[in-house]
Amino acid sequence: MENRPYFSNLRCRECGRSYPKEAVHICEFDFGPLEAAYDYEAIRPRLSREIIAARPRSMWRYRELLPIDGEPTVGTQVGFTPLIRARRLAERLGVEELYIKNDTVNYPTLSFKDRVVSVALSRARELGFQVVACASTGNLANSVAANAAAAGLTSYVLIPADLEQGKVLGSLVYGTNVVGIHGAYDQVNRLCSEIAGKYGWGFVNVNLRPYYAEGSKTMGFEIAEQLGWKLPRHTVIPMASGSLLTKIHKAYTEFAKLGLVEETPASVHGAQASGCGPISAAMKKATDIVKPVSKPDTIVKSLAIGTPADGYYAIHAMRETGGSAEDVTDPEVVEGIRLLAETEGIFAETAGGVTVACARKLIESGAIPRDESIVLCITGHGLKTQEAVIGKCGEPRLINPSLREFDEKIGATLQPNPANA
Amino acid sequence: MPIPIRIPTNLRKLTNDLDTVPATGETVGALLDDLDRQFPGMKERLCDENGKVRRFVGVYLNDEDIRFLGETATPVKEGDELSIVPAIAGG
Repeated sequence: MENRPYFSNLRCRECGRSYPKEAVHICEFDFGPLEAAYDYEAIRPRLSREIIAARPRSMWRYRELLPIDGEPTVGTQVGFTPLIRARRLAERLGVEELYIKNDTVNYPTLSFKDRVVSVALSRARELGFQVVACASTGNLANSVAANAAAAGLTSYVLIPADLEQGKVLGSLVYGTNVVGIHGAYDQVNRLCSEIAGKYGWGFVNVNLRPYYAEGSKTMGFEIAEQLGWKLPRHTVIPMASGSLLTKIHKAYTEFAKLGLVEETPASVHGAQASGCGPISAAMKKATDIVKPVSKPDTIVKSLAIGTPADGYYAIHAMRETGGSAEDVTDPEVVEGIRLLAETEGIFAETAGGVTVACARKLIESGAIPRDESIVLCITGHGLKTQEAVIGKCGEPRLINPSLREFDEKIGATLQPNPANA
Repeated sequence: MPIPIRIPTNLRKLTNDLDTVPATGETVGALLDDLDRQFPGMKERLCDENGKVRRFVGVYLNDEDIRFLGETATPVKEGDELSIVPAIAGG
């Protein structure tokens, strides 16, 4: 194995104290989050656009900027999802240059969570864990279950008991141990913090969180590369804990620091559901004190985190980059899902509806100018949250297998086609 | 009437590895003061220079976040249980 010192250590985001590269996630002095630190001077001469472009099309083409020591062993096929120019949606939103970063087709479990899990489980193996686990609103559970199965690791996924069927089944099928908790996600999370300390498991978003969180950067790296090695002027990102937004911002910053893109203004905007929008609420009140939501009430379960761990940092990332936050109601979420599906042929889960609907509001309010480039991060597939749209997209018209019936019930309603007239 | 306080892993160096320790006081703040008397250094890790619980520290009285109660002024009574849990997790 090649000796690569690019990933140096963990460092507290609050006080800057250094920690060894172990399964620790908080500073023992002030409880601040530990974050992976890199030796950019060592990386710079080793990473160029050409070197990256010549590598396999997965998130691991940026591996010098990911916190593992050796080669990745879990999720080597994850990432490099399409960035599509969304012309029809752009027309509907009244903007000139719009792109969709489409993680609904991420491999293998159809959400951006495969990125974070790929890093977390590769690191878990390096650290010698046999059992891996997570606290999840669904997508993460699916990804931990699938990737652990493929890697031959035992897994436990802890979820709120009332999740969508698709997300529960989408974990069970992999033979993982699913534990449903009677309570909201924040309660699941807190329980997991206590279990992680007691059982010595590798909890991807607890004691392995510094590694896990870095995986989200790859969504930002890919966006910049796929845009032709430049930063989008605006990126709209769904927020649950706020981690994805802070990491996409970090990705843009790292690429600029390494000279892989020109350092141009790149605003990050956060999107939440109104029924659980603690970060958006704080941002709108121009404070960085995030008031927890004790009882989230929204169909957007994947974003229903009342006590967002990275809310504080997300607010600072938005502010520093001239970004803004917005939130939308459940009916607006459904409209957003349908609008994306009908214009671009992409079926997103509820978080995607939040992103589209919030982008629309930010464009209408002028927070995002109509003539600047915009990327919408669509993070999970709609088949996982069917409950949100069932009965809201019409019903099939039912007929017997008879041409006469087709003529009467369907044919008679057709508009005449001028080309055949 | 001692109230049991659950100590997170990252503070157990201070409690000789005990995961639960008893403390006495009429309010959450008083319990934390007593904890600091027994295990010096606790308070500065849990609270900032103004005595406010740090941004990334979760304090729960019987499973309820004290931010939804009366913060450190929240009264405690016999039979209550206090948990200190790191806030950075999940998402």
